[in-house]
Amino acid sequence: MAVSETMNAPEASNGSPLSAHEGAPESARERAAQYVVSRHRFRPAEALPWLLAIAAYFIFPDRMTFGSQVAIMIMFALSLDLILGYAGIVTLGHAAFFGIGAYTVALMVVRFGWTEPISGLFAAAILTGIFGFVLGWFTLRYRGLTLIMLTLATAIMLQEAGNLRSDITGGYDGLPGLTFKPLFGIFNYDLYGHAYYLYAMAALAIVFVLVRRIVYSPFGQALTGIRENVRRMHAIGSPVHRRLVTVYTISAAIAGVAGALFTQTNAYVTLTVFDFDNSAKVMVMLILGGTGRLYGAFVGAVVYLILEDDLSKFSPTFWQFGIGLLLVLTVLFAPRGLLGLIENAAAYLSKRFKS
Amino acid sequence: MTASALQVQGMNRNFGALKVTRDVDLTLERGARRALIGPNGAGKTTLVNLITGVLRPSSGKVLLNGEDITALSQAQRARRGIARTFQINQLFRGLTVLENLSLAIGERDGHCNNLWRATGGRRIVIDEALDHLASLRLVDDALKLVRELPYGRQRLVEIAIALAQKPRVLLLDEPAAGVPSSESHLILDVVESLDPDIAVLIIEHDMDVVFRFARRITVLVAGAIFTEGTPHEIMANEQVRAVYLGQEGRRVGGGASHG
Repeated sequence: MAVSETMNAPEASNGSPLSAHEGAPESARERAAQYVVSRHRFRPAEALPWLLAIAAYFIFPDRMTFGSQVAIMIMFALSLDLILGYAGIVTLGHAAFFGIGAYTVALMVVRFGWTEPISGLFAAAILTGIFGFVLGWFTLRYRGLTLIMLTLATAIMLQEAGNLRSDITGGYDGLPGLTFKPLFGIFNYDLYGHAYYLYAMAALAIVFVLVRRIVYSPFGQALTGIRENVRRMHAIGSPVHRRLVTVYTISAAIAGVAGALFTQTNAYVTLTVFDFDNSAKVMVMLILGGTGRLYGAFVGAVVYLILEDDLSKFSPTFWQFGIGLLLVLTVLFAPRGLLGLIENAAAYLSKRFKS
Repeated sequence: MTASALQVQGMNRNFGALKVTRDVDLTLERGARRALIGPNGAGKTTLVNLITGVLRPSSGKVLLNGEDITALSQAQRARRGIARTFQINQLFRGLTVLENLSLAIGERDGHCNNLWRATGGRRIVIDEALDHLASLRLVDDALKLVRELPYGRQRLVEIAIALAQKPRVLLLDEPAAGVPSSESHLILDVVESLDPDIAVLIIEHDMDVVFRFARRITVLVAGAIFTEGTPHEIMANEQVRAVYLGQEGRRVGGGASHG
């Protein structure tokens, strides 16, 4: 919704003068209808991130492990965008789902010897989905600060539970040296992680199409309604709680898949996946990139991870300062995120060229 | 015989020791055109909140078409045909005007349970939304975000959403409040041309509007029904003048604002 809205903003905002010119109310009506009818269609610009992902495969063949991490964090941020950006659910415990997904595939290997990766993703999605459903059912009656604390507490409690049973989870030492079956029985896990890069990107593409469908569906529209004015949603007869639990379940499942991919690409997992840092990191990414606009997750995760990678080489102790500064600047001067800035620039340029 | 569209029976609501609604009985027939008037703080909005289910009554019942809906949630009541507008706009400010309408239609018809099909794929919803906008002359603003509109036009969106719900009972809480007079006539035209089958309750301070629109008037004072009658009866009622209309020493019909 968001991308198209701003990209088409000039067209939308000068709607009345144009119709005044033509003097026919029918044309304003037709244009409005056309806008809505075509809003969900794929635009050429949307191919860009995927072309870049393919280009990266050929240009940076030695950085494919990093590339997989980017894909995973984009997916994680996308799952957060669904609930935070669209439904307006503020959470500081999203790492809970990431962690459950990560441990699902790890424990499947360790306890049951199940090493097939793709079925692992499905198992992670189902398990985290169930957990998200139950948690959402109870906590989504609350909003604001109460909800933030409940989500935060959930992630911490899961981490502590994992720590208590470190005989199962490996505690903070983790479960190292997990081996998975070759993808589709053919592609092996190689040192540079080429196969896993493509695997993670493919998973991201599937998840993205799913999320995109949801966002442009009437259900997705209802989510934005809840974000904008929950009182009115009740008044127009929306089953708000059911809508929130539904999207929370989906979001949890996607975060779980991201966590599962994390375990599979790294071949190890530790309890740090439940860290508050992990919940905060994904939110910072999303806010940097821009919430409620699908591609904000892409921009945010890429910018964050590249900065993390380069700044930490430049100054291992102070890289967080750089991230912090960028976050402050973004929140103050680009409340719609870096993607919002890019959209503004594109809109400005296209206006300049038109006139 | 047909059951009344809406019945409120023995309704009480206390906030602690404060009784904001006392023993209210109110019946709206099908197609009713009822005004609810009373001084500020009389509990008019509270009564609307009790009817729509925002508030739970301390005691009493709400019946819709003879069916007890007291235990139902606000959303359930809305889906059964009770729509309202708010005294202070409650809109989806970050969405376009058109989306505000299509959302109401989508929730009404259950489309919003669909996670897969694109919103734009249902031309029929878009057309209906545009029809509602056309009746309020909002088509030119269809693609604007609600928050970009002046307050008066936002007020029209407020009503358009309620109409898009295709209600059987419509509760209008001061629909023309805060609207410049250049635009308020549009709101009143819409209110007057509502489907004659809808039962309408309007809270309004402008006595011109009340006497023009209402076939019956209910006067609420300090949470209780003070009296009820035709506009002529209310106009002639000395007590009503004393407690409400006469407070400011204005003549009835002379545009007494609020007391």
